[in-house]
Amino acid sequence: MAEHEGNTIRVALAGQPNVGKSTVFNLLTGLNQRVGNWPGKTVEQKAGTCNVDSWTFQVVDLPGTYSLSANSPEELIAREYIIKEKPDVVVAIVNAATLERSLYLVAELLPLPTPVIVGLNMIDVAEQQGLTIDPRVLEAAMGVPVVPMVAARGQGIHDLLARIEEVTCDGAEYTPNTPNIRADHVDVLERIEELIGGNVPAEYPTTWVALKILEGDQQITDMIHPRLPQEAWSEVYQIIQQHEDTCVAVAGGRYAWIARMVRAAVVKPRIGPISLTDRLDRWATHPVWGLLVLVSILALSFALTYAIGSPLQELLHRYLVQNLADLAVRALDTAPTWLTGLLVDGVIGGVGAVLTFFPILVIFFAVLGILEDIGYMARAAYVMDRFMHLMGLHGKSFLPLFLGFGCNVPAVMGTRVIESQRARLLTIIVSPLVPCTARMGVIAFLAPAFFAAPAIVSWALLATNLAVLVGSGLLLNRFILKGEQVAFIMELPLYHLPNWHTIAITVWHRLLSFLRRAGTVILAVSIVIWMLSTFPGGDPETSVLASVGRLVEPVGMWMGLDWRMMLALISSFVAKENAVATMGVLFGVGESGAGLPAILRNTLSPSAGLAFLVTQMLFVPCVSTVATIKQESDSWGWTLFSVLFLLVVSLAGGVFAYQAARLLGW
Amino acid sequence: MMKDKHHNSRHGLRLPKRSNQAEQISLSTNNSQPLTTLNGGESAVVQSLRGGASFRSRLAALGFTPGASIRMLQNLGHGPVLVTIRDTRIALGRGEACKIHVRPE
Repeated sequence: MAEHEGNTIRVALAGQPNVGKSTVFNLLTGLNQRVGNWPGKTVEQKAGTCNVDSWTFQVVDLPGTYSLSANSPEELIAREYIIKEKPDVVVAIVNAATLERSLYLVAELLPLPTPVIVGLNMIDVAEQQGLTIDPRVLEAAMGVPVVPMVAARGQGIHDLLARIEEVTCDGAEYTPNTPNIRADHVDVLERIEELIGGNVPAEYPTTWVALKILEGDQQITDMIHPRLPQEAWSEVYQIIQQHEDTCVAVAGGRYAWIARMVRAAVVKPRIGPISLTDRLDRWATHPVWGLLVLVSILALSFALTYAIGSPLQELLHRYLVQNLADLAVRALDTAPTWLTGLLVDGVIGGVGAVLTFFPILVIFFAVLGILEDIGYMARAAYVMDRFMHLMGLHGKSFLPLFLGFGCNVPAVMGTRVIESQRARLLTIIVSPLVPCTARMGVIAFLAPAFFAAPAIVSWALLATNLAVLVGSGLLLNRFILKGEQVAFIMELPLYHLPNWHTIAITVWHRLLSFLRRAGTVILAVSIVIWMLSTFPGGDPETSVLASVGRLVEPVGMWMGLDWRMMLALISSFVAKENAVATMGVLFGVGESGAGLPAILRNTLSPSAGLAFLVTQMLFVPCVSTVATIKQESDSWGWTLFSVLFLLVVSLAGGVFAYQAARLLGW
Repeated sequence: MMKDKHHNSRHGLRLPKRSNQAEQISLSTNNSQPLTTLNGGESAVVQSLRGGASFRSRLAALGFTPGASIRMLQNLGHGPVLVTIRDTRIALGRGEACKIHVRPE
């Protein structure tokens, strides 16, 4: 046991966004990783292990942050982990192509007691930009190991592990060259150090704390305040008041240090070559062409998703779900009918229907993963920023909303990229208005039943949803979630070739949340719905569910919908695609022999059909999404609000569509 | 006189909302202008940052520190702008860009 302990090295992986940190993490841990949340936070935590020789490397992936100030929960988590959990070593990944900027985090890490190793990643990209970097010179200047890497091709990973071993084992004194504050603030810093000296908790280095106080760091200041004698605190307070601009001076000092570090190590061309990124961005960020590029890419993504995904879904349904149902019927030949019903209609019918969406989701998330990985999505956010401002949001909200076209669950989780709480909540509330693949699937099935031109109707429904989304955003921003516009500051990374490993892992994690829910929530609710539709007596017409349906029928009257259609709507709360399955059961498709579209055409007028389609597109999000909204907003109040809000919006939309269509004589 | 102006602008930083306009006037004599006045392709040097402490700290961490050279890549006169600073392309909302004061090269 003791020996095992001695062979374990705890590594914290730090780095700014867009430096290839997750590539390094995935390379080190492979599928040997756990994804969860940092305790008490909605910030993703990734940890994993890597066994090499006789060593076990326990790697914790710290959130990607530009600095270690207290500006965001991510930054707090990263620095608290290093200070409190004391990993054996911090590996700081930097991007060689944006060396100055990405060394800023290193400048923040060096004054902390944990030894740092710098992973100088993307040296191939730097070379393409005409930069020559000598890692040995950089290493000598900073006084910490520097490992050149091309993580996307797996280069340098073994050197990195060897250096980690070396640093943790040889026990040599750790004396990095650390940055100083800008010369005009040295006195102030020393004075603060004197004042707080002796009152700083043991795990914090005094100079670092003094620096953070000068930077105006609220968390550190609040920690120190109660520990100081009254006079000392008032002097510290006075100094902070007089030097309110110090955060810029401290940052300036770090950049001056970086300039000294890279001066000897980097040779820059006087005029860089016109890079691929420059050429592509001329189109991708152009106010007119950029929009066209975006629209074309979106259209292509959808076309690809449905062109490949829909036939696969069909196949899955025909061969997997139906064969499984047949198999169950045969195997349960002698079993009581209720058991067969439960298994075939409840479990296989409910969960199976959801699982057939798997191919569509895989393709959509893969396409999106590629767009994200090569760096395009940041351009999309930039181009969309102007439009998102209409709703009091900015470009960053576009990414999660777009994810919603696949499935609303990862969309709600994806709002984590938005810094402001208000903007994040607003995005969460409007995101279910993005029609997911399941709802589009229902539309694709039902629109031909009512209309001669189903494609036009589908596009009109999609446009309606997006218009309602913008309208709701406008209203919420104006009346309910009022507040200040948050700063839009976003890096546009250099374009690079897709890294399939990273994309595969991203897609896998997004799908996992979908699969996990199919196996739990959706399974449970499918069984409950089946039971309610069967008991008592086994006839859906007289079941408990039917009485519920008749209860809400008066609301349906306004939209020309009978209790069966209202039940279909309600069952879509479990999973959107259930709407079709429920109709199948209630309209007795099995017995009659006629297809559901034909039955619907004979039962409902086109205006009622339209009302149903509009309502189901705008309806309350599915139970998985609602659960995710609760988890991400951390508030029952807002979860309830979003459900009620969409209930009202969707019913109003349905009534309006029905009455308008009737006026038009449909 | 110069010293006084400097002093004023220091106070202005503490109360950005009230003295924004006065500041812009006093600084225009200092040859410093908001980033949004640059046209696409023009370069400048960062002079100072306005706005709240956490906003300035975020910008400073990204490399917007006095003395850093900055190049405007795209400025349409409305909406966000696109700049390069320290080899990084950064998109900034117009309001944010207004709070970065620069001296054209």
